Amino acid sequence: MKFGVVTFPGSNCDYDCYNVVKRVLKQPVEFIWHAGTKLDHFDCIILPGGFSYGDYLRCGAIAKYSGIMGEIIKFAQQGGGLVIGICNGFQILTESGLLPGALQRNKSLKFICKNVHLKCENNKTPFTNKLKKDHVIKIPIAHGEGNYIADPSTIAELKKNKQIIFTYCDEKGHVNEEANPNGSILNISGICNKKRNVLGMMPHPERCSESILGGLDGKLIFESILSK
Amino acid sequence: MFNVHVYVRMKKGLLDPQGKAIEGALKSLGFSTVSDVKVGKLIEMKITGKSREDVRKKVEDMSRKLLSNPVIESYNFEIEASASSAQGNPNR
Repeated sequence: MKFGVVTFPGSNCDYDCYNVVKRVLKQPVEFIWHAGTKLDHFDCIILPGGFSYGDYLRCGAIAKYSGIMGEIIKFAQQGGGLVIGICNGFQILTESGLLPGALQRNKSLKFICKNVHLKCENNKTPFTNKLKKDHVIKIPIAHGEGNYIADPSTIAELKKNKQIIFTYCDEKGHVNEEANPNGSILNISGICNKKRNVLGMMPHPERCSESILGGLDGKLIFESILSK
Repeated sequence: MFNVHVYVRMKKGLLDPQGKAIEGALKSLGFSTVSDVKVGKLIEMKITGKSREDVRKKVEDMSRKLLSNPVIESYNFEIEASASSAQGNPNR
């Protein structure tokens, strides 16, 4: 399975993602520069975390008009290829309209960098098929703007179509206010599109896919992609 | 040539954590009568166009496409003919 990792000016998790695909998954992977190229020979595109274009204006706002995004939209909507946006990548996916809603400043105003727990709300996607329904995973977050928001009709639509994939929960899997690090509606930490081929999530699976980094739960997401 | 000011604000009813933090700081400075502090953005630019209406359309378009995120923000703008071009051609 051929992976592409997009590098925008200001991306800083691109090498982490590249490393996981190449060394942990042992799959072919290429960096893709933001200026744009054909994506026909890829099966999965990763939009990594970081601060694309300095996060100027809004996180992801400038990246959405970069040359590569038009190709990614085609890749996802016409080709049906897999796209996973992590952290800043999730912000870019909402800005570009591939995923609904928006990510605004954390309720606490603080940049939060810590391990959290996520509950897998839907394991029938190409990104979660190696997880059990209600599976609790431990995974790091590192963001200042991860507070997911959408209007009530969008939220109803997400629920109806089972597009809410991950929610913040406590160690035991309880989704509650105390386990919500950033103020996201319904503790949402990851959603997918209706077709289930585009996933956006604030936490960083690439930072917990090797035991030397203190966790392996993120690897389940990458292994799901491989066995889709 | 026109001078344009675009104001981008959080939509009403949405939590504005920056506004809240500033409000708290103002109150601790003794400005106890302050309430409803909101933080927005001002984007200034110069732009050329055939007419004010032509410029209005362009600014509307760029506000929708890039300067604001319609999911969480609203915008409004002011257009002023800049002094130099106003002297040169009052119709522009």
